[in-house]
Amino acid sequence: MDWSTIYMIWLRDLIRYVRQRSRLYSSIARPILWLFILGSGLRPSFGAIQGFDYTQFIFPGIIAMALIFTSIQSAISIIWDREFGFLKEILVAPVPRTAVALGKGFAGSTLSVFQGTLILIFAPIVKVPIAWYNVLILIPAMFLISFALVGIGIIIASRMTSFEGFGTIMNFLVMPMFFLSGAMFPISRLPSWLKVVVYINPLTYGVDLLRNILLGISNFPIALDCCILLVFSFVVILSAVFFFNRGEY
Amino acid sequence: MIKVEDLARSFNGLWAVDGVSFGVKEGEIFGFLGPNGAGKTTTIRMLCTLIQPSRGQAWIAGYDVLKQPTEVRRSLGIIFQDPSLDDRLTAYENLKFHAIIYKVPRRERKMRIDRVLGMTELQGRRNDLVRYFSGGMKRRLEIARGLLHEPKVLFLDEPTLGLDPQTRNRIWQYLHDLRRTKKITLFLTTHYMDEAENCDRIAVIDYGKIIALDTPENLKRMVKGDIVTVHTQDDTLAQKELGERYRVVVKRDSSGLHFEMDKGEEFIPKLVKDFSMPITAVSVRRPTLDDVFLKLTGREIREETASDKDRLRQRVRRIGGMR
Repeated sequence: MDWSTIYMIWLRDLIRYVRQRSRLYSSIARPILWLFILGSGLRPSFGAIQGFDYTQFIFPGIIAMALIFTSIQSAISIIWDREFGFLKEILVAPVPRTAVALGKGFAGSTLSVFQGTLILIFAPIVKVPIAWYNVLILIPAMFLISFALVGIGIIIASRMTSFEGFGTIMNFLVMPMFFLSGAMFPISRLPSWLKVVVYINPLTYGVDLLRNILLGISNFPIALDCCILLVFSFVVILSAVFFFNRGEY
Repeated sequence: MIKVEDLARSFNGLWAVDGVSFGVKEGEIFGFLGPNGAGKTTTIRMLCTLIQPSRGQAWIAGYDVLKQPTEVRRSLGIIFQDPSLDDRLTAYENLKFHAIIYKVPRRERKMRIDRVLGMTELQGRRNDLVRYFSGGMKRRLEIARGLLHEPKVLFLDEPTLGLDPQTRNRIWQYLHDLRRTKKITLFLTTHYMDEAENCDRIAVIDYGKIIALDTPENLKRMVKGDIVTVHTQDDTLAQKELGERYRVVVKRDSSGLHFEMDKGEEFIPKLVKDFSMPITAVSVRRPTLDDVFLKLTGREIREETASDKDRLRQRVRRIGGMR
């Protein structure tokens, strides 16, 4: 495996992230919007959900939101690299494309985990107690979820030829995946036709895992969440590598 | 150093490159000259293993382009037609990342980066973000980057496109120095005739085929004598008279009438004296590669302002018209 190439792709994305402050700011602004404005607005109408109030209940979901947005955005940067030519420089180098795809995967998940961890600073405000060892479990869990999400992003980026499709992806993939993951409402009360979609959505198990770690409530056993996420990540990353390898640039 | 046999590539049934064969010797500067859409970039992309040829074979530094792509990639450097730098990174970071993916040993990295930056006179901008660079500086940085892993062959796709004449001359200075000091083989494409003069040999390419391949001097010898340009009050009549009286092929465009004539300077006084109608302007000049291209294709290369896509469309129409 070509570790130096993976490292280079990873490092480049991190440097770019650090220099591009707007991404950091919006990643802090977005949870404030959802958690405190939407959350506080809806809290009175919801009442207690399994012993938690609404803002506490959606707190893990907001972390999942940070993960999905950051992951997809990172992977989509492949399209930027193609538009601005840098992708050619990498693809003409004597390195396997698999390493390039994996580098993107690691970079995207690293940034996602960072953004997700950042959300934890809001935990005291919504009164979600976090034990330090929970953070240690949370980080690999976030990494697992992100890796799969970046994989989805890479598949899309390999298939998409221009940047115009970006809005379509946000509307038809990212938002539905987020809404149908149980991030914003409990899935047990959904009508059964909607439940089917929710059960197919891999992010559902990610949200469930995060909620299990942070609040101690869940719909599925922790082992099932992990299994499904592992299998899904594996399949998605393999397909991402396949599609990325196949494209002509 | 480069060997190409019957290389071809079609896009949706249209042959962008239609069976080209040529060889390039070590240390040679070899140029592909042709209008936009003639198949120059497609040829480079096949040689660099970025796209698969539809048929034919090619070898770079002895490695088969189809069977040993990794070795081929290791032996070549490329400067793309469009910029391919990361403009959010500094010049140094761009070079460092290139060194990492090309596996330049860590202890050699700094020295080599300093050397290529020195060669392209960019040391002073080492830690500046590339987005603040001028077009010429970006090009120089790309050349520096292309040299970092010490390739045997350097591909340059329209290396001076969109640059001012001063910067163009300077880039050519680097390239000549490079060839002298490193014995590197240069393969470049261009549609600038004066730029093609820098090459040891030129392949003139049009509609995906090589229509001539020789040194610039020999190519120019294909045009006999000098080029005389005449302007009269009635160019239609004058064209007829010139053709009949001097047995020359006269080409007409907005700037006047052009024809080839041996010893052009001596011919002009005779022409002015003998011609039946008044001549408003006359000039004589040595043939350039422009004239060679005009002679070979009947078109001027500079007329081609259409984009690659338009040109492909024109070709579809042309092929359609031939049926």
